[in-house]
Amino acid sequence: MAVAAKKKDKPGGTPEPTRDDLLGYYRQMLLLRRFEEKAGQMYGMGLIGGFCHLYIGQEAVATGIHAALGQGDSVITGYRCHAHLILAGSDPKAVMAELTGRAGGVSKGKGGSMHMFSEKGHFFGGHGIVGAQVALGAGLAFANWYRGNDRVAVAYFGDGASNQGQVFESFNMAALWKLPAIFVIENNQYAMGTSTARHAAIRELYRRGEAFGMDGRQVDGMDVIAVRAAAEDAVAHCRSGAGPIVLEMMTYRYRGHSMSDPAKYRSKEEVARVRAERDPIERLRDHLVENKFADDELFKEIDKEIKAIVNEAAEFAQNSPEPDPSELYTDIHVN
Amino acid sequence: MPVQTVREALRDAMAEEMRASPDVFLMGEEVAEYQGAYKVSQGLLQEFGPKRVIDTPITEMGFAGIGSGAAMLGLRPIVEFMTFNFAMQAIDHILNSAAKTLYMSGGEIKCPIVFRGPNGAASRVAAQHSQCYASWYGHVPGLKVVSPYSAADAKGLLKSAIRDPNPVVFLENELLYGQSSEVPEGADVTVPIGKASIVRQGRDVTVVAFSIMVGKALQAAEKLAADGIEIEVIDLRTIRPLDTETVIASLKRTNRLVCCEEGWPFAGISAEIAMVVMEQAFDDLDAPVMRVTGKDVPLPYAANLEKLALPQIDDIVTAVKAVCNKG
Repeated sequence: MAVAAKKKDKPGGTPEPTRDDLLGYYRQMLLLRRFEEKAGQMYGMGLIGGFCHLYIGQEAVATGIHAALGQGDSVITGYRCHAHLILAGSDPKAVMAELTGRAGGVSKGKGGSMHMFSEKGHFFGGHGIVGAQVALGAGLAFANWYRGNDRVAVAYFGDGASNQGQVFESFNMAALWKLPAIFVIENNQYAMGTSTARHAAIRELYRRGEAFGMDGRQVDGMDVIAVRAAAEDAVAHCRSGAGPIVLEMMTYRYRGHSMSDPAKYRSKEEVARVRAERDPIERLRDHLVENKFADDELFKEIDKEIKAIVNEAAEFAQNSPEPDPSELYTDIHVN
Repeated sequence: MPVQTVREALRDAMAEEMRASPDVFLMGEEVAEYQGAYKVSQGLLQEFGPKRVIDTPITEMGFAGIGSGAAMLGLRPIVEFMTFNFAMQAIDHILNSAAKTLYMSGGEIKCPIVFRGPNGAASRVAAQHSQCYASWYGHVPGLKVVSPYSAADAKGLLKSAIRDPNPVVFLENELLYGQSSEVPEGADVTVPIGKASIVRQGRDVTVVAFSIMVGKALQAAEKLAADGIEIEVIDLRTIRPLDTETVIASLKRTNRLVCCEEGWPFAGISAEIAMVVMEQAFDDLDAPVMRVTGKDVPLPYAANLEKLALPQIDDIVTAVKAVCNKG
């Protein structure tokens, strides 16, 4: 596979991912995939309400970037946030229970699919307003810069959000003040139903920071190894004090924009082709097999392990009680 | 007690809190090198340096978001808007990012930030630069909204706002910046958020006001006293949480109420107070509540029209007489 060759001359100088690393990413990506599939089923059964934006297809992006981050680095994203939260260390049970709006949810059932956080995991949401997380993410980077530590902040946003004015405002200040911000554009090709060809005057979104003197790189976001390598370079760049950087992750979502989107703006063949040729989990699986890092037996074991986690999450999310009515008036202010 | 301008009092509040905590910083347009568009941050750059007194580009939405994000990671930003008219570019972050995140996160993510700057009409700057946002921000659960009148309250309340673990919108008034009054000394002197103040006692009518309208109500009180009507003037100081207790206690003594605000009448602070009084003290009213507000028009430029559009002292006098059936 070409992917394996590409990472050889990685400029960051950090070690190649080991077998354990790769198996870890495989487990993580499979967990994210199965979790979201289950969420989709539960949505269909009416157990999850409102909007529900699934991450299926994009797993390599969050997984690869998470692999490059360290303790105390901050992450923020938009409403397609379940995967990022799980990677930040939140219990899948509590994430699923948030989707079902139960007391055991990460936000006590008060945030829902789009508004989930983990202070401990330095995950700052989970934001429903497209593009807002970019300015907030620059603010997280600002706090690190202000304190003079070497922590970085990752702000994820989609190709759709990349057109928001505040993205450019944030780029400008981040570059002006050399904030340690990694702006990750998850380019899944569609801003809801509008393709990049129809929403972006220049489709090379990694160049969006050029006007501010920011470096940008386009990365195969369906290849977790390539994502990790790019993220490690970006983290090193930020930690060195060189300022912000843009990573455009070329990815794809298999499902609609949200559960209520039948995705009629693209052909079934297009989705099937990406699934067949670029699926991030299948690709890593092939890589693991090629390198004799895993065999069918191990994959079966992992499948079983993941299935158990997801089933447990689904069960917890259905059995956790609804929030107590008294929770209506809590958490409005810090007392 | 030393006398200070509101401008100096606000600056001292920021300086004292910045001395007390390295997490407190000021960002906004022209706050550093220029010393503040209205000179409120005079001298702060010299004392605290460019990392803590930060000139931003003209980019309200961006720096409101950056401030909110920094607050989520534990810093204590003071974000200055050159005027609150420009904060409409940033209102999404004030509401959706700063005010709602604590609730949406089930109490996990805090956002201790102060958004401050002049609010309301200045002088002859017309419609886009002359709006009162008290009812806009007052509408939002999760925000605290403060709007002081005196220099002492400006200082004490700004210190409380900076120390508050919640997002606070701090509405100043350009025309009050140069006004002087006594300010108690001491870095520990604060004024609590959520407490109104009776600035003049009177038995006949309760007049509720905030910010610049407090001064107009006090002047109206002098005129009315000459006619034998004693009004009790309440300076709300805080819009949210509203100190309904003080208002209702006063109403129970006077049984008549006039609400004053510079903003528009529709869904304004006066409308809210009138409703609260109906809900909680209807039987104490001897007359319908009246309000004195800005006229329901964009603020005009022409001097005569501007005067007509803004609530004047005589409008308060007229309203007070009306609720006393002495119109």
